[in-house]
Amino acid sequence: MSIGELFSLLLFDYTLRTVALGTAALGAVAGALGCFAVLRRQSLLGDAIAHAALPGIGLAFLLTGSRATPVLVLGAALAGWIGTLFVLWIVRSSRIREDAALGIVLSVFFGVGLVILTFVQRRPTAAQAGLETFLFGQAATLLLRDVLLIASLGGAALVVLALFWKEFKLLSFDPEFGASVGLPVTRVDLLLTSLLVVAIVIGLQAVGVVLISALVVAPAAAARQWTDSLSVMVVLAGFLGALAGVAGSMVSSLGGGIPTGPTIVLVASLAVIISLCFAPRRGLMAGFLRERGTRRRLRVDAVLADLYALAAQHGEATSHAHPVAVLRAMQERRGGLERSLEALESRGLAREVRPGEWCLTKAGVERARTLFLPEVAP
Amino acid sequence: MTETAIEVNDLTVAYHERPVLWDVDLRVRPGALTAIVGPNGAGKTTLIKAILGLVSPAAGQIRVLGRSYREARSEVAYVPQRGSVDWDFPTSVLDVVLMGTYGSLGWIRRPGKREESRAREALEKVGMEAFAHRQISQLSGGQQQRVFLARALVQDARVYLMDEPFQGVDARTERAIVDVLRELRERGDTVVAVHHALQTVPEYFDDAVILNVRRIASGPVGEVFTEENLRVAYGGRVPFLQGVAGGASAARDSPPPPESPVDRRARPEAT
Amino acid sequence: MSWIDFEIQALAIVVAVSCALPGAFLVLRRMALMSDAISHSILLGIVLAFFVVEDITHPLLILAAAATGVLTVALVEALHRTRKVKEDAAIALVFPALFSVAVILISRYAGSVHLDLDAVLLGEIAFAPFRRLELWGMDLGPRGLWMMGAILLLNLLAIVVFYKELKLSTFDAGLAAALGFSPALVHYAFMTLVSVTAVGAFDSVGSILVVALMIAPPAAAYLLTDRLPLLLVLSGALGAVSAVSGFWLARGIDASIAGSMAAMAGVTFLLALLFAPDRGVVAGVRRRARQRLEFAGVMLAIHVLNHEGGPRARAENRVEHLQEHLRWSPDFARKVVRHAQREGLIASGSGGELHLTALGREHARHRMLH
Repeated sequence: MSIGELFSLLLFDYTLRTVALGTAALGAVAGALGCFAVLRRQSLLGDAIAHAALPGIGLAFLLTGSRATPVLVLGAALAGWIGTLFVLWIVRSSRIREDAALGIVLSVFFGVGLVILTFVQRRPTAAQAGLETFLFGQAATLLLRDVLLIASLGGAALVVLALFWKEFKLLSFDPEFGASVGLPVTRVDLLLTSLLVVAIVIGLQAVGVVLISALVVAPAAAARQWTDSLSVMVVLAGFLGALAGVAGSMVSSLGGGIPTGPTIVLVASLAVIISLCFAPRRGLMAGFLRERGTRRRLRVDAVLADLYALAAQHGEATSHAHPVAVLRAMQERRGGLERSLEALESRGLAREVRPGEWCLTKAGVERARTLFLPEVAP
Repeated sequence: MTETAIEVNDLTVAYHERPVLWDVDLRVRPGALTAIVGPNGAGKTTLIKAILGLVSPAAGQIRVLGRSYREARSEVAYVPQRGSVDWDFPTSVLDVVLMGTYGSLGWIRRPGKREESRAREALEKVGMEAFAHRQISQLSGGQQQRVFLARALVQDARVYLMDEPFQGVDARTERAIVDVLRELRERGDTVVAVHHALQTVPEYFDDAVILNVRRIASGPVGEVFTEENLRVAYGGRVPFLQGVAGGASAARDSPPPPESPVDRRARPEAT
Repeated sequence: MSWIDFEIQALAIVVAVSCALPGAFLVLRRMALMSDAISHSILLGIVLAFFVVEDITHPLLILAAAATGVLTVALVEALHRTRKVKEDAAIALVFPALFSVAVILISRYAGSVHLDLDAVLLGEIAFAPFRRLELWGMDLGPRGLWMMGAILLLNLLAIVVFYKELKLSTFDAGLAAALGFSPALVHYAFMTLVSVTAVGAFDSVGSILVVALMIAPPAAAYLLTDRLPLLLVLSGALGAVSAVSGFWLARGIDASIAGSMAAMAGVTFLLALLFAPDRGVVAGVRRRARQRLEFAGVMLAIHVLNHEGGPRARAENRVEHLQEHLRWSPDFARKVVRHAQREGLIASGSGGELHLTALGREHARHRMLH
């Protein structure tokens, strides 16, 4: 199938359109809220919430006998929220650090979830099949009413995020100052974490318990590289999350049994790699170019200094030429001598008197004086 | 105006089993610049945080402008230690300063034109107006400190609590901060600052509180900065004592302070 | 109890103890979540090696998996060192990506790979006794038991031989470097150990429950002791207890064995968190109540000392005043005064004002100077 066909499918195929809408919505919500998790160094909290949601899904099904999405999402949210409270409680009331507390809640809740799932599997109803998709997610199982649920819950979360924008920003940047101006830090923190729980549980059906946390972290980490503004970062992360969601659900809808979650995660990871490498200013490439520019400038300055030192031995004469070999001896192990000389020539600071012999111009002497003399003087 | 800006009675704060402040009584004069000095782990930061209600005391009572902190909150500004936040946070200088208006804005409302012009004014006062749209990670330590100071100025308070505003800053920032402090004093505002460099206390401050878990002494710098008080507070190891005790005249000749201006993040205070 | 039950339990114990030993160092080094990352990404190594050798029992699979585990650690560090992302985000970026590649490969070539995704997450310890190790026609027992046994021995050996290095680089990396042990070398060697253990355990309990067995028992042990040797022994013991009780729980309710083991590891941790004799929550509440009274008694003595002989001594050193100034309720103030009198710190005068006894004065002075 060509790309063009794929896009026409996206527009005109009812199922694929539904699925793409759903994954785009959850990607946008997870990406936007993920920014706060990443900035507050809580990237792994999402992982714990997602895993902790599993017993909630199982219990919700066992108790109600329904596998309607709202019921399962409610169960997931409650369990995820309780898991978060457990992490907080363990860290506050003991010497166990956050990393271990997250690891314990994540794995133990998941274990309990597996135990509950074995009961679910014993039910003689056909409905049991649905719950397994929650491990890796299967976007194809999204129905229109699921998409509506995702969009309404996610939309509500985004509205709350917009309403309390200022409070969340203050909480994330400087909670102590926030407390000093009257921000109820604990309550605002709980609210923000609850929004994260919402973002995660609405994604479980399509992306799965195991990988949804990557959809929270990756778009945010990618977006951070392109901007220094929180609002731009949140919008961009939401966009990247939606993009990853659509791309992932399209690929997995092609058949071949590829689950949606991993595909979405790979697309989002690709966005991180590209951003880390090529983002202007913060990107590794930009950093490398900047550093090379600085190194080159320093090398040129060093050659200028050497030429000046040679000229100074001749009363700062601008006519006495010096062979490249002498300069090379002075440069020791620094390379790029010819290139540095050319750079000096192009700036009118040095000239090649005879092939292979160089001296400073008047401007070059002036430049060297302003650059180096203050340091030479006692 | 009330006769004391801050009144602390029998304040005791303990972390786990260790007392950090013991039975501290304190009165801060309004309209004066007061320094809190003492060795590392003396509870200086804790005292500031207790006044702000950020740590809950085991015992004792604190009044700010004659009221509880909660009631006086809109008239108190806070400058936390520079190292207490992540300066790689994606936000601009102006945005950080605007955070000073959040307290008076209340829930949900966003800062508008009026808040922004106030923030720009505050930036101008600390000589940072040219940096308004700069990302905060591109600032030097001194510039970061001035941004925090501007954020407190925006709060337009009557009492300013500052935690080591001079820590690790350049000479230009130090002058700018001193100018701001004097201007605040002229307006009749009260400033309480945790301060590390003993030799500049007589020059910069009117009053001083010498603290080491309990209050050793407090009052006008000239009376409080005696050799004996400092020796009690610092446990007899005060190599620069002669330069300090006895007032500002000798301050210039004193050797450098014991703390080199290192990044606070590298050496958090043990409180 | 059948012979098969016995073999499953033996394997469960060996897995739990093998996980708990390196897990103890992970908890101490605050790298608990590296176990999460490693146990996920080793799947990629297993899948890739399987494509090469096409034999799910080939030892190359273990080597490749362990290598992916170490690669995960290296990638997390490389990402963190760019200073563009924080460490927690680096972990959360690396392992989902590697795990996703593995899952896609498995589902794409599902026909040729006999790797069941459920088994990857859940493990299949119940089937372990059916895969026997046979040599020269002799049945030597479950293969998994031999493999995990070897890994357990490796762990024990590594910890005994490099005990000093591990301890030093865990508690004081700077000192370790100064003494000439490369913390980086120790770190990577240790992470290799974690990876090998995770690979072995993965087969039995699945990738996510490896985390439970690596973190929960050592975390529980950390609440019970401060001594490293005892911590290691307790971690192993609590792991074994979780394994056996998990097995019987699973038997009793006919549920997933691995899930039950993780659940019991959680219960073990919860019990330690609540009832650890010194660091438990209950002990903490009781200690705080007792301390509050003692603390208040000394504070009372210091208060009296500070105001003794002062102009306001008569007014300040009264029970009624304490209520107002130390923010004590009348009840609590009376309780504290009674306590302080019983301890011989203070005595009350004729007018109701409080005086320090000699002992009280000494106590107050002593506490003021720490």
